[in-house]
Amino acid sequence: MTLLAVRALARAFGGVRAVDGVDFDVAAGRLTALIGPNGAGKTTCFNLLNGQLRPDAGSVSLDGQELVGRAPRTIARLGVGRTFQIAATFASMDVRENVQVALLAHRRQITRLWGQARGSHAGDADRLLEQVGLADQKDRPAGVLAYGDVKRLELAMALAGEPRLLLMDEPTAGMAPAERAGLMRLISAIVRERGLGVLFTEHDMDVVFRAADNILVMDRGRLIAEGPPEAVRANPTVRAVYLGGE
Amino acid sequence: MSFFVSQVLTGLAGAATLFLVASGLSLIFGVTRIVNFAHGSLYMLGAYLAYLAVAFLRPRIGIEIGFWLGIVVGALAVGLIGVVLERAVLRRLYRASELFQLLATFAIALVVQDLALAAFGPEDLLGPPAPGFSGAVRIMGRAVPEYDLFLMVLGPLVLIGLTLLLRRTRWGILVRAATEDREMTAALGVNQSWLFTGVFFLGATLAGLGGALQLPRQPANLGMDMAIVVEAFVVTVVGGMGSIAGAFVAAILIGQLHAFGILAFPNITIVLLFLFMAAVLIVRPWGLFGQPPSRGRRAPAPAGPLIRPLEKRARLATLGLVAVLLAAPALVGAYYQAMLTEILIFALFAASLQLLTGIGGMVSFGHAAYFGLGAYGAALSVKLLALPMAAALWMGPLLATLGAMLFGWFCVRLAGVYLAMLTLAFAQICFAIAFQWYGVTGGDNGLLGIWPSAWAASPGRYYYLVLGLAGLGIWGLRQSVHAPFGYGLRAGRDAPQRAEASGIDLRRQQWLAFVLAGAAAGLAGGLHAFFKGSVFPDTAGIALSVDGLVMMLLGGIETLSGPLVGALLYKALHIFIVSQTDYWRLILGGIILALVTAFPHGVVGYLAGAWRRPTWRRPSWRWPTWRSR
Repeated sequence: MTLLAVRALARAFGGVRAVDGVDFDVAAGRLTALIGPNGAGKTTCFNLLNGQLRPDAGSVSLDGQELVGRAPRTIARLGVGRTFQIAATFASMDVRENVQVALLAHRRQITRLWGQARGSHAGDADRLLEQVGLADQKDRPAGVLAYGDVKRLELAMALAGEPRLLLMDEPTAGMAPAERAGLMRLISAIVRERGLGVLFTEHDMDVVFRAADNILVMDRGRLIAEGPPEAVRANPTVRAVYLGGE
Repeated sequence: MSFFVSQVLTGLAGAATLFLVASGLSLIFGVTRIVNFAHGSLYMLGAYLAYLAVAFLRPRIGIEIGFWLGIVVGALAVGLIGVVLERAVLRRLYRASELFQLLATFAIALVVQDLALAAFGPEDLLGPPAPGFSGAVRIMGRAVPEYDLFLMVLGPLVLIGLTLLLRRTRWGILVRAATEDREMTAALGVNQSWLFTGVFFLGATLAGLGGALQLPRQPANLGMDMAIVVEAFVVTVVGGMGSIAGAFVAAILIGQLHAFGILAFPNITIVLLFLFMAAVLIVRPWGLFGQPPSRGRRAPAPAGPLIRPLEKRARLATLGLVAVLLAAPALVGAYYQAMLTEILIFALFAASLQLLTGIGGMVSFGHAAYFGLGAYGAALSVKLLALPMAAALWMGPLLATLGAMLFGWFCVRLAGVYLAMLTLAFAQICFAIAFQWYGVTGGDNGLLGIWPSAWAASPGRYYYLVLGLAGLGIWGLRQSVHAPFGYGLRAGRDAPQRAEASGIDLRRQQWLAFVLAGAAAGLAGGLHAFFKGSVFPDTAGIALSVDGLVMMLLGGIETLSGPLVGALLYKALHIFIVSQTDYWRLILGGIILALVTAFPHGVVGYLAGAWRRPTWRRPSWRWPTWRSR
């Protein structure tokens, strides 16, 4: 089932067409990887999807709802969660408070002047932390977590927004190889369980080919291949782009 | 027509001096990212040192050479002072937050003020006329001083010289590279240490030259520093921080604004200046020629202390404190009751600033705006509307809230030093209105006779009123920090992108913080008006804004009880030191410098660190956790 439909998406910087007329779909309940060599336009594409950049042309629709022209937080509220390449958490709060803030924001209670934030949605926060495997660290300050745990916490915060689509920019960047597989297994399990769609970029090809259900390959702003891992692996154009030689 | 031309020329002569000072400020900011409040002090020192050098040299080597050499010697001496300042103080602050940098340079300005008073005395020192430029020429029938023409020519020459220096020399290229991208320049192996020192020398020399060249136009005096630095800020911000050409264009614009503003609106010249700056910041947040600061490579904020509701022990201690405060009028006399009243008022003020700056991460250099609005709102309600105190105490915070809604709406669209400069501009607008609108505010005569109603007239009763209202205000602010609102605000400070991605409308959250903080500061201002029985423009002045920041830092910016302890310590120190010496500013400057360089966490932060042994890994020493965005 198509969750996100991207059509004729384009964005240029000066004379450089960073994203040059890209079409693709992201399905619910599956992991879709967006790969390509450096400068292919992956990050620009990501920023166009989540509203940080405005496209020059094209449309992005989530379940038929147009996202182009909306602010990042509005897109977040429409059900698009996001994690960052350099994971960001609220360092002056403990792990559970981080998730509580995300829950409060999602439930539109974040401007409340009464009540205690620490007492809000504690049960839901604990369940999310349980799910990403951080239950035993919930009282630690987020600022002292190991990097792999920061990534997990960010995932829990993104899930607190009950997204239908999760955009993950290099989810395993900066992690040790052993941790990478674990995190991707976790993400796969959550995707299957909740039926949400995931679009992620990644440099580690092991991770991509092991975890992704569907792979999109970009080069110089265009989509050059698309399909299940085996098909993409066998695609001669993709091999040329990655291995060099025109 | 001839009148028009002579106004233009007057404006241009003023612009030349302004450009010298502002170009140095801009250069220093571009490379070190420090907004140098002490730049006006360097300008003032330039005038004094040149005066001394000229007086020494003229009898020895002749009137002409003696004068010009004296000017150069004065400027270079200031350059050396700049080097000493950079290596002794500012060097320690490159990695600190904007707040600390602004405060440290402000502290240097305070110290220099008192040192200059001690060294040069309170009298103005009138320099000799410039040899060769002491007459006047007639242009279109009006006499224009030759010296003004000299300055008009000098300005562009300095611009050309600086441009050549920056474009054609290796050193200049490094300076430009560092302005563009400091980390990358360092990564390429450039010795930043000497680059920064060199830039400081050049910037300080330019300021010193600006001051030295004032000698034939005005006597060296102790008020020169603050007068020029505020204008130089405006020029730098309008032109774009870090841009020399921008400073040149902006100096001309401001010079003309001055020359013609004084004709059209003689009563609101200062307001005009800051309205212009605010307008530029709103339309072009990085100035006419400036560039947005490069982001992204900043190190993520390290772990901060968690904010927790009071533990049982602390709660008991608080109850004890409240009991003591309630019993105080029975225990101490009217003098101490008044002192406690004042401390409570400032505790509320500092706590409101902490919501904005400590929790929200928005450095406000103009929080006195809301204190002043509250004070004038209350006083004018009494004077113009003949309201009783009970109603006037509502009107003060109301006016402050409206001000905060308006100013905050613009401020939350900026970040970092640009936000700080805009808050400063708004506060200066409030100050200028209070200072110049004689008909309503009484100007610097203030508004007198603002006494409490009979039911609260005795010191003891007014103390209880303040205890009740300030206590309520502080409790309310604390509650908002523990509430979802405070967490959302802190989230925006810690990781703005993450907060937005979670669906937090950061601007709204920050705007709300402005409104709450403004209302609380306004209440403090209103209470202060009735406490003193009068209101003066300095209730909206820079000095009070800085007082608030110092109280907050003294106590500890990261802890909720910090501002309260800070207000107490600050007022106690103030009373004690003023009774001991005339050099209060010197001591205050020293305290600020000690705080920002050695005790960045303040008294409460320091004690709390020593108190609880950490159960988790704790970085051994660090700057307060957040940097504003």
